[in-house]
Amino acid sequence: MQQEVVLALLAKEPSHGYQLRARLRQALGPLGEGMNAGQVYVTLTRLEKAGLVAAEPSAGLPDRPDRKVYELTPAGQQRVADWLGEVGWPGPAPAEFHLKLVAAAAARLADPLTIVDAQRRELLRRLRDAQRAAMAEPDGSEAGLLLEGLVLRLQADLRWLEACERHWMSRKDRS
Amino acid sequence: MTEDAALLSCCGLRKTYGKDAGLVRAVDGVDLDVAAGETVAIMGPSGCGKSTLLHLLGGLDRPSGGEVRLAGSRVDQMSERALARLRQDAVGFVFQAFHLMDELTAVENVELPALLAGRPARTARRRATELMERVGLADRAGFLPAALSGGQRQRVAIARALVGEPRVVLADEPTGNLDSAATLEVLRLFESLHVAGQTLVIVTHDSRIAATADRMISMRDGAFIDETRLTGGTRGDLGALAGLEGP
Repeated sequence: MQQEVVLALLAKEPSHGYQLRARLRQALGPLGEGMNAGQVYVTLTRLEKAGLVAAEPSAGLPDRPDRKVYELTPAGQQRVADWLGEVGWPGPAPAEFHLKLVAAAAARLADPLTIVDAQRRELLRRLRDAQRAAMAEPDGSEAGLLLEGLVLRLQADLRWLEACERHWMSRKDRS
Repeated sequence: MTEDAALLSCCGLRKTYGKDAGLVRAVDGVDLDVAAGETVAIMGPSGCGKSTLLHLLGGLDRPSGGEVRLAGSRVDQMSERALARLRQDAVGFVFQAFHLMDELTAVENVELPALLAGRPARTARRRATELMERVGLADRAGFLPAALSGGQRQRVAIARALVGEPRVVLADEPTGNLDSAATLEVLRLFESLHVAGQTLVIVTHDSRIAATADRMISMRDGAFIDETRLTGGTRGDLGALAGLEGP
C-alpha cells in the first residue's frame, strides 16, 4: 500500500487501522477486495518508524496492541501536502490518483477539482509533446506508431480526468 | 488600436437564458484576450457554455452583458447588417457537423461565401482552388461531399472558413465527428494554419486538439476556471512515458 495514501486518509482525523482499511475498501470497491488485511498495518508500522505517524494506545483497550489510534505528525502532514501537489504521470497508478482525490476531499485538505486541473495541465503538456512528435513522423513510420500509442494512452487518462471532474463537481453541488 | 492589443477580446461577457428560478447563466463573466496568430483552445464538460461563448465571440448570438471586440470594433453593439458583414469578412466558422451543401461540389462549397460576399466568380474560384490545394484536396475539388471521407469533408469546411481571409477562425468541436486518423488530418491542417499565422479559437472536448493550442482554457459553469500555456516540454519525458526509462 502506497504510504502517502494511508497518510492522507489519516489527515481527516486520527483513526484505528481497521477504520483505515474500511475507508480504503469503500473507496476502492471490488478492487480493494484483494487487499491483504495486514497491508495497512505493515504500512502504518513503517510510517511510525519513519516518524510520519504517531501511535497511541486506544483508551479502554490497553491490552490490545493492535488497537492503536494513529495520527499524523507534523512531518506526516508535510508529506501529505507535498503528495497532493505532485503531478507526475504515469507515476501514480489510477488507484493512487483516485485515493488522492478521496482523501483530499474527506480531510478538506485540497479541492479535488484543483488537483484534477493540475494533473490535466501536466497531461496536456505531455500530450502536446507526443502529438507534435507524432505529426512530425512520416506516414507509416514505426516510431509514429509508438507515438500514436502514447497519444492514445494520454487521451484515455485525460478522459478519465474528465470523469473525475464531473464526479467531484456534482459532489460539490450537492454539499 | 495599439499593436500589442488583442485581436479578439471579451470583457465581463455574459449570456443568460430564462429568469428567476429558471435563470441559466450559460456564459458568466468571461474575460478573454486572443493575440493575433495565437491558437486558443477552450475545453470543458458538455453544457459548460463553451459553444455559446464561441457564438458570442463570432457575432452569431448577442450577449446579455459585457463587451466583445474584434480588431478594435465592438461586436456586441453592431447592427444586424454589420454583424452579417463581420461574419462574412472577419470571422471564419468551422462546425462539428461540417455544414456543407450536399448538392454542391467541394470547390463550389468553398467559393460560396466569396460569391455571397459579391466577389467576382473568377476571383472566387481562383481563391477556392488555392484553398483546396492548401488543405491537400486539390484532386477532390469536383467531388460532392457524399463522396468524401469525414476528415476530407472537415478539411473542405475549413477551406470554406478561410475563403474570406478571416482575421480569426472559430471552430466548434471540429473533430467531434471524426475518427482517430481523420482527427490527425485536421490537426495537421490546424497546425499548418497556426504556422502561417492564422488566429484560431477552438472549443473542444478532444484533448488531442486542445493539446495543439498555445493556450488551453478550462471552462466550468459558464466561467473560466483554469488556464494553461502549453509551451514545449522535453522528449526525455516522452521516453519515460513509453517505458524507455524509469519514472
